[in-house]
Amino acid sequence: MISYGNHRFPGKLFVVEGTDGSGKSTQLTLLYQWLKAEGYPVFSSEWNSSPLVKDTTRRAKKRHLFTPATFSLLHATDFADRIERNIIPPLKAGAIVLADRYIYTAFARDVARGCNRDWVRKVYSFAVKPTQAFFFRAPLDVAIDRIILGRPRLKYYEAGLDMGWSDDPLQSFRTFQGRILEEYDRMVDEFGLTLIDATRSIEAQQREMRALITEHLKRNRSKSN
Amino acid sequence: MIEGADGVGRSTHIALLRAWLESRGHAVLDTGMTRSVLAARGIKEAKTGHTLGRLTMQLFYSTDFMDRLENEMLPALRAGFVVLTDRYIYSAIARAEVRGIDSAWIRAIYSMALVPDAVFYLRINSPQQLVERVLSSGRGFDYWESGMDIRLGDDFYDSFVEYQTRMLKVFDRMCGEYGFHSLNASRSVRSVAADLRRSVARLLDQRKLPEEIIHEASADGRWVLRLATRARVKTN
Repeated sequence: MISYGNHRFPGKLFVVEGTDGSGKSTQLTLLYQWLKAEGYPVFSSEWNSSPLVKDTTRRAKKRHLFTPATFSLLHATDFADRIERNIIPPLKAGAIVLADRYIYTAFARDVARGCNRDWVRKVYSFAVKPTQAFFFRAPLDVAIDRIILGRPRLKYYEAGLDMGWSDDPLQSFRTFQGRILEEYDRMVDEFGLTLIDATRSIEAQQREMRALITEHLKRNRSKSN
Repeated sequence: MIEGADGVGRSTHIALLRAWLESRGHAVLDTGMTRSVLAARGIKEAKTGHTLGRLTMQLFYSTDFMDRLENEMLPALRAGFVVLTDRYIYSAIARAEVRGIDSAWIRAIYSMALVPDAVFYLRINSPQQLVERVLSSGRGFDYWESGMDIRLGDDFYDSFVEYQTRMLKVFDRMCGEYGFHSLNASRSVRSVAADLRRSVARLLDQRKLPEEIIHEASADGRWVLRLATRARVKTN
C-alpha cells in the first residue's frame, strides 16, 4: 500500500490544529522563525493550498456547489497534493515540516457536517503520522469572539450555512464550531494530540511548544552522532 | 452503466442506447467520468499540466464522481429516469490498482456509491485492437490513456500497450467479482448494440415502471430504502 503512515523519514513533521481563532497560526509563525534562526531547514505547508485544486475550490465556494461529501473529497484531494508535493519530499530530505492544519481538521469539520467518522479516516489513511500534533484548545466563546472581532462577515461554508442549522450566520457558526470542538476533543486520545491551553499568553504557549520540540530535535541529534 | 477500455466504443453505445430508450418513452440521464459541474474543469487543467500525483488524481476523480452521484444520478433516479453512465466506480478502481494504489483504500472511498442495476462490460481481446481504434480515430495516443504518468514503456506506444494490458487484466478480475455482463466488443457496432438493447429491455421489464416505484415510496418507503443502500462495494 502507498500508505506513508509508518514510514520513517529523516525529517520531522509538526502540526498545529484547533478551531478558528485558537491562535495556532500565530504560534506556528513564531516556531518557524525560531527554527530558521537556529539553522534548521524548515518548510511550512498550509491547509487548502494546492495550486491544482485552488480554482475548483474557489468556484465551488462562490457558487455553493458543495455537499458534505464533495466538500470532504475535494479537501482530501487538496491535501493529497500537499502530501505528495510539499510534505513527503521535504521529510525525505530531512527538513522540519510545519503544517498549519492537518488531517484532524478534515476529521473535525467533515464529521461535524455529518460525514461518516470511519469513512473520513479511511479516505485520509495515506497521510504520514506527525512527529507531534498540537491541539490549541480555546473555549468556544473565546474562539468565536476572536473571529468575529477580526472579520466583517462570516463566509458561507465557514459558518456552516450549507447545513441549514440556522439562517443566522452567527448562530450557525456557533453550532458548527461547537460540533467541531467536540470532534477535536474526542481525537485527543484517539490520535494522541498534545493539548495546548490557548487561553494563556502567546509567549507562554510558545515556550511550551519550543520545549517539547527541542526534545524531538535532541533525540534526532544524539541518534545521528 | 457501461465500462470498458479507452476507445472500445462506450460513448457510441451510450448514444445509441439513449436514443433507443427515449424512443421507447423512457427519460434518460447520461453522465460519465470527469463530467461533473464541480470538478471537471479542475481535473482537465491538472491533467494538462501532467503534474497530478497518483493519490491526488484518485481523490480528484472521486470528488467528480460524488458530485455527479449526489447532484445528477440520485435526483434523476428519484424522478424515475434511466441513468446511463459512461464508466462508474470500476474504471476508477482499475486505474488506481494499475498504478499500484492500495485497493482497500480506493474501494473504501467509493463505498458510498450505489450498486448499479447492471454493469455492461465492453470487452476487447487485446490491446492491439484498441491501438487500431486509437489510430483510426485520428486523435493519436493520449498521455494518461497510455499510462505515461507511470511510464510503462519507452514511448507512448509501448506504454499504451502495457498499460491497457494491465487494465484489461484488472477488468477481467472485477468482471467475476462484481458480476459484470460481459459483451464481446470486437464485433460490429450493430451487433453489440443489439445485445445491449436486449439486456436493457429485459431489465426494464423486470423492474416496475418508474411511476410505481415512486408510488411505492409513499406507501412503505422501499424506494427510499433502496437509494439508501450504500456501502455494498467490497472493501477487502
